[in-house]
Amino acid sequence: MTAVNSRKQPIYLDYQATTPCDPRVLEKMLPWFTEKFGNPHSRNHAYGWEAEEAVEKAREQVAAIIGADAKEVIFTSGATESNNLALKGVAHFYKDKRDHIVTVVTEHKCVLDTCRHLEQEGFRVTYLPVQSNGLIDLAALEAVVDDKTVIVSVMAVNNEIGVIQPLKEIGEICRKKGAFFHTDCAQAVGKIALDVNALNIDLMSISGHKIYGPKGIGALYVRRRPRVRLVPLITGGGQERGMRSGTLSPPLCVGLGEACAIAQVEMADEAKRLLGLRDRLLTGVQAKLPEVYVNGDLENRIPGNLNLSFAFVEGEGLMMGVKDLAVSSGSACTSASLEPSYVLRALGLEAEMAHTSLRFGLGRFTTEADIDYAIDHIVDAVSHLRAMSPLWDMHQEGIDIKSIQWAEH
Amino acid sequence: MMAEALADGGNPSSVHAAGRRARARLESARAAVAALVGADPAALVFTSGGTEANALALRGCGRARLLVSAVEHASVRDAVPEAEIIPVDGDGIVDLPALERLLAADSRPALVSLMLANNETGIVQPVSAAAAIAHAHQALIHCDAAQALGRMSVAMSALAVDFLTMSAHKLGGPAGIGALALADADFPLAPLLLGGSQERRRRAGTENLSGIVGFGVAAKLAGSELQQGDTILGVARMRDRLETLALARVPGAVAIGQGVTRLPNTACLALPGVASETQVMALDLAGVMVSAGAACSSGKVAASRVLAAMGLAPRVAGSAIRVSLGTDTGEADIIRFVDAWAELARRKGFEICTAAVAA
Repeated sequence: MTAVNSRKQPIYLDYQATTPCDPRVLEKMLPWFTEKFGNPHSRNHAYGWEAEEAVEKAREQVAAIIGADAKEVIFTSGATESNNLALKGVAHFYKDKRDHIVTVVTEHKCVLDTCRHLEQEGFRVTYLPVQSNGLIDLAALEAVVDDKTVIVSVMAVNNEIGVIQPLKEIGEICRKKGAFFHTDCAQAVGKIALDVNALNIDLMSISGHKIYGPKGIGALYVRRRPRVRLVPLITGGGQERGMRSGTLSPPLCVGLGEACAIAQVEMADEAKRLLGLRDRLLTGVQAKLPEVYVNGDLENRIPGNLNLSFAFVEGEGLMMGVKDLAVSSGSACTSASLEPSYVLRALGLEAEMAHTSLRFGLGRFTTEADIDYAIDHIVDAVSHLRAMSPLWDMHQEGIDIKSIQWAEH
Repeated sequence: MMAEALADGGNPSSVHAAGRRARARLESARAAVAALVGADPAALVFTSGGTEANALALRGCGRARLLVSAVEHASVRDAVPEAEIIPVDGDGIVDLPALERLLAADSRPALVSLMLANNETGIVQPVSAAAAIAHAHQALIHCDAAQALGRMSVAMSALAVDFLTMSAHKLGGPAGIGALALADADFPLAPLLLGGSQERRRRAGTENLSGIVGFGVAAKLAGSELQQGDTILGVARMRDRLETLALARVPGAVAIGQGVTRLPNTACLALPGVASETQVMALDLAGVMVSAGAACSSGKVAASRVLAAMGLAPRVAGSAIRVSLGTDTGEADIIRFVDAWAELARRKGFEICTAAVAA
C-alpha cells in the first residue's frame, strides 16, 4: 500500500448500513433525555404534555417529508418493525377476503423473512424476479397482481445496489387492482423526493438511522383515505392509535423528526454533491483498473450508492485489502456471512462476480479527499491482488477462463 | 455515553472498524444489564421496551396454555387476550392455591405470567413461590419486572423464573429500550420481528445502540445504588411519612397496599367519592405531578382494572391516585403534596384534622 493514511479511523463509506447521527439532530435530542423526561402518554401533567407536544411536532416533520398527514404516521422501533407490521398487519386483517402477497426477490431480508412466515400461515406469496439492472418488469408485476392480492411490497431503493424502483407505476397498478401498495423506504427517505399521494403509496416504512437520525426508531405511514387497517404486532397500552403499543421515546422521536426536517431542506443540493463524488469515484477507479463492473442500473439510482464487482479478485482478499475503507460486501445484516449477496445473484451475476463486489455508500460527511484516497487505495489493493492471481495471468494471456475444464480431484 | 454512541455511528452488524466499535459498546451494555438481574449476557434479548419484551415472552414461548394474573400490565393482558386469569386477594396478592388448582386441572404445557411489582400500587408478588408451583406442574414462568427494577433487588435465580421483562425508562434510563432475559440462553423462542439475525435471531432489526448504551449505564447506577441500600431505605421512609401525614390530615382517606410488601417509592391513595382525574388535575394546578393509574391509559376515563381485581368498591377504586417518589424527593415535596391534597379534600367536604399539620 503506497498511499499514506494519516487518519486514525478508516474512511467511512458504508452509509447504506447506517449513518452517524447528525450533530444538529443530536443537539435537539439531548434535552429530552435529561431535563425534559416526561412520559408523552401521561395526560395529566405538564411533564407529559411537553413530551407529547415534542412527539407530535416530530410526527409532523416525518409526515412532511413524504407528503402525508401527521395522523397517518405511527412511530415504531425501526424499519424492520415497520416492515413486519405492514405485511403481517395487513395480511392478517384482510385474510378472509384476500390471501395473496406480491414482493420482489431483492427486498430486504426482513420483508422476505416476513413473507416466508406468512406463507407458512397459508398465504400465497409471489416473489417477482428483477431484470439484470435490478429493476422489476412492470408488465410482469401487472400479470401477477389479481383480485386476491391483498398487498404488493416493493422497496423504493435497494440497500445493496441503490436502484430506484418505478414507484408511481407500481402504485397505479396496485390501485387499479385494489391491492395495497407497501414500500420499504428505509434507503429512500431523504435521498429522493417521495409523495405518498402522487405515488399512490398506502404504507411506507421509514428508518431513523439511515437518515442521520438515531437507531431504534422508525415509522410506518398508514393511509387514512382510503383507509388501510391492520392487526397490531405489539399490543397493550393502545398508543399510536392502537396500531403500536409501548411507551414512545421522546428523544428518539425528536431525532427522527429533526433528521427528516434537515433532509427535506438539504436533499436537492446534497444529491448533486453526492452525484459528483460518485462519478469521481467511478471514473477514478475505472480509469486505472480494467474489468470493473457496475452492479445495478446507474441512471435510476440514488446518488450515494455505488456497487462494483472487481473481476479476477478473490472476495475475502478484497475485503481485507481495502481495510482503510469501511465498506461492505453486502448488506450489514448479512455481512458476517460469506455467502455471495442474493441481490447480486438475482441480477444474474455469477457467484464469483457477486463474491468480489464492494458496496460504496457515500453520505453527508463524505469529502472529495475521502474519495480520492479511496480511489488510490482500491486501485492499489486490486492491482496487488490481481498480481498474485493465476486467473488474472491467464486472462492477460487471452485465455477464456470459462472454457477451462477443471480437473476433479 | 449515549451521545457518543449516537455521534459515532457504525452498525453493530458491520464487520469494519466502525461496526466493531458499535458492537463493543453493545456487548458491554449487554453485560451490565444482564449483571443487574444475574442473567447470562447471551440470554438477554434487547427489545423496544417492556411492552415488546412481554409480547415476545408470551407469544414466543410456544406454550398452548397461558395463565396471567388479574393485575398484570395491559401489555401482558392484551398480548394474549385468550389467557386464563389467576385471581388476586384483597391485598392484590396473587392467589397461589388458585394457581395450583388451575395448573392441576389441565395438563397441556403452560406458561404463567406474574409481575414482580404492580405499576399502580407497587405491591410485590410472591414470584418465587409461584415459580415453584409452576415448575412442579412443568409450566414455564414469565415475570414482568419492569416496575420493580432498580427499586428492589431482582435476581433471576432467586425468583427462579424462565423469562424476565426489563424496561430501561423505569430505571432512569431512556425510553424506547427494554429487554427480555431468559433463564436458558438456548430456549427456542419464536421471534416477533423477522428478518436479520440480530439478538441471536430472536429479535431482528438494527439495534437501538444509544438506547442500549443508556440502559447499560442506568443498570450499573441502579446496581450500585441498590448495593448501598441507604437510598432505597430513604425513599421508603419518605413514602411512609407521606402516607402517615396524608392519612392523619384526611382521616377519611384510604392508603392501598399498606399492609403488604411494596416498592419503596410508590404510594396509592384514595379519596372515596372524588374522581381520580379530578385529584390529578387539582394537584397539577398546585404544581404536584401524580397520576391516576398507569400512564399508558391515562387520558382514558376507565376505572382501574387492577384495583377492581382487588375487590375494592368502585367508589374507592375510582378515586385512587398513584404517588411515585424519586431519590431526590424531599420533605418539602411531601409537605407540598399533603397540603395540596388536604385542601382539595376539604373542598370536597372531607373532615380535616389540622392538628396533624405540625406532625
